[in-house]
Amino acid sequence: MHEMSITQSVVDAVCEHAAGRRVREVKIQVGALCAVVPDSMQFCFELVTEGTLMEGARLDIEQPPGKASCRACGRDFTLTDLILLCPCGSADVEILSGRELRIMSMEVS
Amino acid sequence: MCATCGCGGDGPVVTVAHDHDHDHDHDHDHDHEHGHDHVHDHRPQHSHVHEHEHDHDHSHGNEHSHDEHSHDHADDDRASATETITLEQKVLAKNDLLAERNRGWLAGRNILALNMMSSPGSGKTTLLERTIREMSGERPIAVIEGDQETMLDADRIKAAGCSVVQVNTGAGCHLDADMMAKALDALDPAFGSLLFVENVGNLVCPALFDLGEKARVVVISVTEGTDKPLKYPHMFAAADLVVINKIDLLPYVDFDTEMCEKYARSINPGLSLLSVSATTGEGIDAWYAWVTKC
Repeated sequence: MHEMSITQSVVDAVCEHAAGRRVREVKIQVGALCAVVPDSMQFCFELVTEGTLMEGARLDIEQPPGKASCRACGRDFTLTDLILLCPCGSADVEILSGRELRIMSMEVS
Repeated sequence: MCATCGCGGDGPVVTVAHDHDHDHDHDHDHDHEHGHDHVHDHRPQHSHVHEHEHDHDHSHGNEHSHDEHSHDHADDDRASATETITLEQKVLAKNDLLAERNRGWLAGRNILALNMMSSPGSGKTTLLERTIREMSGERPIAVIEGDQETMLDADRIKAAGCSVVQVNTGAGCHLDADMMAKALDALDPAFGSLLFVENVGNLVCPALFDLGEKARVVVISVTEGTDKPLKYPHMFAAADLVVINKIDLLPYVDFDTEMCEKYARSINPGLSLLSVSATTGEGIDAWYAWVTKC
């Protein structure tokens, strides 16, 4: 259940930047290739924010899809899992997106 | 960490393994109640607000109190009073920063730290016991043991003849850079040491948390099944070396080493792989050579 620690990291960072202001919403990116389950994060978020400046805030999770580029045929393609294989058969691929785990913005009042 | 809900609580417990004392008085006192209204009392409510005054001085004119509607979830009444702040920072930025600090600390002392990860029961501790016995002539060896509970592994490592510190994560399923820093502090490994960090037995969570190690080693055993790399791809994607352990049991189990290697490389093409038996010593020299070269 690493989602608990990860959510805790989000809340720590956001509370620090909020500097006493009330947080209404947090936007984060959790890439499809990260080993992080958005639903678990939502669940943990409610627990972790209790009693903080973020209590009652909404967690908006954007999930960038897995995308890769093949160094052999030059094609960009979608990755649904971590098996690095281009449809052309080459395993020489570079992951372009899907590994994001970032706090994008927050809304305070 | 609290075992019921995974909340912060007292945090992980770091214990240095001594020769004979089993003092059970380490402070596990969960002096908080389980209403959840307690959990974050100790968390920074940011008394250093004043330090940030400069970046939000325009928002100080809010006359209305937000307390009155802090629990109503209607979103439309806040449009005029809110401000969007762009952060664009990594979620694990703090962990990564601490990990880099650990990395610098280790480099300054010429300590080679290896993060050993696996599922429970793959033979990490047995591999370390043999390694300590057979490599300790070359350089000092120290071990950080991560387990949810007990000093059992630390006691085994201690008996093999090296300094060890046990980190009990409680409900936590992995070590993080902060626990690593505390463990380094308690262990104080000698200059030039070889430091093994035996992570919590878990093939999922530890993959995400940089500790400041030089390299990551994943241990799997032939009793676990050939398709393990495909089932737990994140761990194998994060690894520098995979050690396939318990090869003395190959005649008795249905494990295809070649196929397992192929699966692992389909996730992580640059991966190194070794096959060993920590019990019989078969193939173990290749492991020692890898460590020495690392």
